[in-house]
Amino acid sequence: MTKIFEMPLYPYTRTADQDAAAPVRHTAMIVGAGPVGLAAAIDLAEQGVPVVVLDDNDRVSFGSRAICFAKRQLEILDRLGCGQPMVDKGVVWNLGKVFFGDRRVYDFNLLPEEGHHRPAFINLQQYHLEDRLVARVRDLQRQGAEIELRGGNRVQAVDDLGDRVRLGIDTPEGPYTVETDWLIACDGAGSPIRSMLDLDFVGRVFEDNFLIADVVMEAEFPTERWFWFDPPFNPGQSALLHKQPDGVWRIDLQLGWDIDKEEEKTPERVIPRLRQMLGDEVAFELEWVSIYTFQCRRMERFRHNRVIFAGDSAHQVSPFGARGANSGIQDADNLAWKLGLVIQGRAPEGLLDSYDAERIAAADENILNSTRSTDFITPKSEISRLFRDAVLDLSEHYDFARPLVNSGRLSLPSVYDGSPLNADDALEGGPARTRPGAPCPDAPAGEGYLLDRLGGAFTILTLDAEAPERVSEAGIDAARVALSAGDDPTGALAERYLGAARSAIYLIRPDQHVAGRWPAYDEARIRAAIRRATGQE
Amino acid sequence: MTDLTLAPNIAGPDDFYAELLAAHEGLTKAESDALNARLILILANHVGDREALRRALAAARHPGTDEA
Repeated sequence: MTKIFEMPLYPYTRTADQDAAAPVRHTAMIVGAGPVGLAAAIDLAEQGVPVVVLDDNDRVSFGSRAICFAKRQLEILDRLGCGQPMVDKGVVWNLGKVFFGDRRVYDFNLLPEEGHHRPAFINLQQYHLEDRLVARVRDLQRQGAEIELRGGNRVQAVDDLGDRVRLGIDTPEGPYTVETDWLIACDGAGSPIRSMLDLDFVGRVFEDNFLIADVVMEAEFPTERWFWFDPPFNPGQSALLHKQPDGVWRIDLQLGWDIDKEEEKTPERVIPRLRQMLGDEVAFELEWVSIYTFQCRRMERFRHNRVIFAGDSAHQVSPFGARGANSGIQDADNLAWKLGLVIQGRAPEGLLDSYDAERIAAADENILNSTRSTDFITPKSEISRLFRDAVLDLSEHYDFARPLVNSGRLSLPSVYDGSPLNADDALEGGPARTRPGAPCPDAPAGEGYLLDRLGGAFTILTLDAEAPERVSEAGIDAARVALSAGDDPTGALAERYLGAARSAIYLIRPDQHVAGRWPAYDEARIRAAIRRATGQE
Repeated sequence: MTDLTLAPNIAGPDDFYAELLAAHEGLTKAESDALNARLILILANHVGDREALRRALAAARHPGTDEA
């Protein structure tokens, strides 16, 4: 059977740009058709912005790579019109087991909060995610959106011309040149665009190697996340077993620093290792094997005039906590509406600087979390290992030690506290989780869910409060979504958006983050908040 | 502001000290180190208060400075 990642999904075809006498000028181009580039492209296309995605390849990622997608990312994908197919395909899990040595020290249940449309996490191979994003691109094309995917297009040169960017692109039929008003670089941790522009990418290197294997097996393992510290089958190191769709299991084995990577990748080395872990009686087949090392680092700034970096090209984290692809999708979510408004002349270029402010803070949070997980999983000093082992020993017997066990703090969206786009928090008694800068938590609302009502434009959410049906300010239209605490009999809506307040008005950004909130409608303050949230103040 | 108790607070100090040493009796250096690590974690959880813990860490790292 041909695997999905072996099929060309967007094969190279010649475009008119290659026969133009002078370089054709585009509005927005994206380099890299991974999860981040595709999400950004779909978002721009939905706003009516023409966009071209360039990729040197012509198919989805090889191997599973990112496998764990969190609720917030599924909500973003819902907004982009392709959340459901991801959830339909993905594996939902809540249970985890932690092993230390030959002992199972404890189990945990993530116990997702009630009243959300989407589960806390799904496991889904990156290639399945990309496949469904490409399908969404094709849908948009059929509906007439100007969104184009160019496979076999490798960017060779990038020049910042001040008011535009010039790209030299190589193809199977030779090179051509194009220009674009804006370029989003989603070309991965090894970003060629970043190198061509000679930009920094500094951080901490972790001296460790991990073997990552996708194994197809018909095994009785339940749908749980199993994590081993210092297991008998991989002494002194760690191991992870996680279920993906299609009977594929992700196995991560820490190998240490001084190894021969090429040798360790061979089936002769990998299969005995896995056999030790899985037992002799389990039949399995290797789908994909890779060895990775990682760094925790970020660019000093993500926006460089008209070239904007998003995802791994801008920041890199360890895989513990699933913060790579998840944070990249949030980058796209944060950037696309801002760039859309700037391109449409409805917001000043300065709005894009808030992308730097908000997403650099988020990257730092992700780097902090993933560095801490890495320090716990792979202790680098004697004392660090001593405390790590003490925590694990105690966790078997005492509840108090379990929150200290860190096998990855799974991705949660950042709150943009201190963002220049936030209005003051004027809702006395309002819940902290919906303060300005926070991503809107989902809640039941009438027959459906709140986030499905918000969509992807500025919204005025009213809870038991009066407001006009539409406010237009400085080129921005904000439509009202009117709800009442009674729309959710479970009380979650009131708990998440009212707290101790009796009524509330929220101004919500297109990326579903709170821009400001008030106890009642105040025309002047709402208008000021719209200007502020779009960089017009 | 949470104060860290640095005045005598243990009734029967000699008895406690003997119990502390007795807990380590017969252990190898590695086992003793592990016991100490577990003990620190258990006591830290008992204290709970982050400010008091910060002060305790500072007092242990730099005895006699004002940080505690």
